Amino acid sequence: MNMTSDARAALKRAGFSRRDFLKTSGALVVAFSVGAEKAAAQFGAPVPGSPSIGQLDSWIAIAADGTVTAYTGKEELGQGISTAQTQLIAEELSVPFDRVQLIMCDTALTPDQAYTAGSQSHPANFNRSNLAQAGATARETLLRMASERLGAPVDQLKAVDGVIGVKSDPSKKVTYGQLVGGKKFNLPLDANAKRKHPSEWTVLGKPVPRPDLPPLVTAQFEFVHNVRVPGMLHGRVVRPPAVGATLVSVDEDSIKDMPGLVKLVVKKNFVGVVAEKPWQAIQAATKLKATWTRGTGLPSQADFYERLRQQPARDALLVDSKDVEQKLAAAATVLKATYLHPYQMHGSVGSSCAVADVDGEKATLWSATQAVWYQKTTAAMVLGLKAENVHVIFRRGSGCYGLNGADTVTYDAALLSQAVGKPVRVQLTRKDEMAWENYGNAYVMDERAGLDSQGNIIAWDHESWVPALGNRPGTGTPGNVITGLLAGFQPQPFAPRTPAAAPTAYNNNSNGVPSYFAGAVGGMDHGTGKVKGERVLVHNVESPFWTGPLRSPARLQNTFAHECFMDELAARVKADPLDYRLRHLKDPRLIEVAKAAAKSAKWEARPSPNPARATRGVTAGRGLACVLYEGDNGYTAMVAEVEVHLDTGKVTVKRMVVANDVGPISNPNGLQNQIEGGALQGMSRALMEEVTWDDQKVTSVDWRTYHTLPLGFDIPKVEGVLLNRIDEEATGAGETSITLAAAAIGNAIFDATGARVRQIPFTPERVKAALAVRQGRALPSAL
Amino acid sequence: MSAISLKVNGRVHNLDIDPATPLLYVLSDDLELRGPKFGCGLGQCGACTVIVKGQAIRSCITPVKSVEGAEVTTLEGLGTIEKPHPLQKAFIAEQAAQCGFCLNGVILTAKAFLDKNPKASEQEIQQAMSGVLCRCFTNVRMLRAIHRAGQEMAR
Repeated sequence: MNMTSDARAALKRAGFSRRDFLKTSGALVVAFSVGAEKAAAQFGAPVPGSPSIGQLDSWIAIAADGTVTAYTGKEELGQGISTAQTQLIAEELSVPFDRVQLIMCDTALTPDQAYTAGSQSHPANFNRSNLAQAGATARETLLRMASERLGAPVDQLKAVDGVIGVKSDPSKKVTYGQLVGGKKFNLPLDANAKRKHPSEWTVLGKPVPRPDLPPLVTAQFEFVHNVRVPGMLHGRVVRPPAVGATLVSVDEDSIKDMPGLVKLVVKKNFVGVVAEKPWQAIQAATKLKATWTRGTGLPSQADFYERLRQQPARDALLVDSKDVEQKLAAAATVLKATYLHPYQMHGSVGSSCAVADVDGEKATLWSATQAVWYQKTTAAMVLGLKAENVHVIFRRGSGCYGLNGADTVTYDAALLSQAVGKPVRVQLTRKDEMAWENYGNAYVMDERAGLDSQGNIIAWDHESWVPALGNRPGTGTPGNVITGLLAGFQPQPFAPRTPAAAPTAYNNNSNGVPSYFAGAVGGMDHGTGKVKGERVLVHNVESPFWTGPLRSPARLQNTFAHECFMDELAARVKADPLDYRLRHLKDPRLIEVAKAAAKSAKWEARPSPNPARATRGVTAGRGLACVLYEGDNGYTAMVAEVEVHLDTGKVTVKRMVVANDVGPISNPNGLQNQIEGGALQGMSRALMEEVTWDDQKVTSVDWRTYHTLPLGFDIPKVEGVLLNRIDEEATGAGETSITLAAAAIGNAIFDATGARVRQIPFTPERVKAALAVRQGRALPSAL
Repeated sequence: MSAISLKVNGRVHNLDIDPATPLLYVLSDDLELRGPKFGCGLGQCGACTVIVKGQAIRSCITPVKSVEGAEVTTLEGLGTIEKPHPLQKAFIAEQAAQCGFCLNGVILTAKAFLDKNPKASEQEIQQAMSGVLCRCFTNVRMLRAIHRAGQEMAR
């Protein structure tokens, strides 16, 4: 693997051997590693020095007064997971909710659970491992201790509100505080400890209100933006003016008289200023005269999608029955379509912020990173310190929806603090946030399917092109985000590889495989559908822009193409879109969730487009989409109802009905909140959001140039249909509804108009162009 | 630098400060208030909103000198956990937040509007909130909470 000498030296200083690096970050080497994130979230080797995830004391401590402290490596990003985890511990330990204190993501205190990402907090912490299993182990341990203390067998004991009593003699009792108060358990997690069955739950599974809301609405809550450290200074970074521009010179005299200026900091291409007050830092950064080379140039946006097909690629096959071409040749009907998805932004409403205190060989970082332990090892590389001397403390940031600027700004603050030897706070400008964040990937997706004479799908071929650059920094790649690159580190290398090797294991983490595929790999069917003629080929290519996980990465793009194309197939054979899906599905939970959404939406069984649709003025339609998120992490289906103005092309979404089956529900109110937010965020992305650029730089750099739906737009009704599966595993719910929004809306536009829009966002211009094609007033584009 | 007297949430602060400093930095850094937040610095998102003379204004683009002598109300000035304002109460009742970063601008924009339009319809509330961003898209609940608070405030 190619590493810069800086990176090698930094790894060494940080206490890693190159071999360790390859071992721990090997999964990140592939160009677009949607699988790596999930693997690391579940199985990643913990960073050395982190509390052992196998030890009960890493997760739970009980004080003499009976207060329970739970430690978790899954943090609150706004998704409500802190409330759910607190409920979980209160439930398993039979203590009141408000007696549990939850400590999230602090490298001095909490176990290394890799990322809080990929909708993995429920799978990781609510089943039979980690936090949930710690709760069960602690309860059983306490019961055994009480049994000894009270001289009664465990089955005669009952725990209520942190007190264990003998069922037959209420006077015999002992509190948790009396049993273990302040002492360690010194026990490993017991894999056989029995979790409470959801039918017994009294706290978990209930709509417990979020404890962070009262401090949030009264401005008492401390975001990372509010962290104030004694002696803290304020930094501002100066980013290059164009993609690929490098620093030629900096004129220190240009700011020498600026009030409050403490220092100009230059390290390779990293430039920043530190001042006593934020306004002074801003003024100095604005006034600084820096000379940069011209950028490396950007490809034209107009033909960008077409160019992606011509790039050197690293190919991957997800499934390949090897008979797709043959079956397509024999099919009664063959349909083809290409779907396009733009780069989109995380676009956090608050730009990213961090506070760093680098004092000689030691550093303390307050960061909204999604991976405190990886921030620790990579910040150590950036600073040239030993990882063991870097302490990372999570503080909530503005909602991130994936890899926003949280990691990069932590490096910014760390570098500036190191240069001045004092604590420094940095918050990015809106432009610096938007021009350099790791965007959600653009996608080109070709779909081809063959139908038999009865209209059944006999073969389906999916081929996509996806540009990537950088990613999460992982354990050892700070160059995966802009600050790391500017400071001299390289992003994970890109290694073209064609042709792709045959798949050896089934992995539908990216939802590259449509729901209707049998998913045959290694002689077994792993998919949720019945189509046996199947191939999914992904071409990973190099991106001119930074990319990284954005809520439902790849899953949203692939599902948009698959679920719209499924609708095209249904329309071709004049089948009802729900019925046609059910004909090709075999997974009972996916079938049930699709039916549940349709039932709740009062779905009328008939083909699309609506034969009774209006042909002038405003027309209405409905669309359906469904998916098993990540192939194993949450069943979901959506019906969207839209109105389309035939003259203006304006799409108004009127209603979104979302059915969700994510196993046992931890908090129905929190789940509903995620469904609503995901549906509307998905709608904003489907209708408006697109990164734009010129020949040198990104041009969507604020809320006038990057379009998003504001709070007060004409919002649709969003209805959640929550299927509570108490005997199934807990799965993720943070990315289910968003994954379906573009597909369901696209299908509803088709139902309303008969016009198929295959490119996101569905702007009025694009809808109008599709209407013109439909009405024979224009030719379909070459794509 | 010059001496500026600023009245925030009923308290007078005498500051020695560059009069061109945007009000936001004075509130969030000199006074260490957690309500007003930097979102865009361009007056586009609403995260920095404060109320001055009954108007919701964007403190990130308002020089501190321009509000000297006026009463500035931040989210801290509305109510407390023990004694919340009807809007704060309604947001808790509706569980109307995800990350919560935008709440400052959402609640203060709603307050300035409802104070003047106590009988606003849902449509009018939506219109009034069209300059504020919530990127978690908690729109459904937030608009419901504002409507609920409006009804209580009108009573």
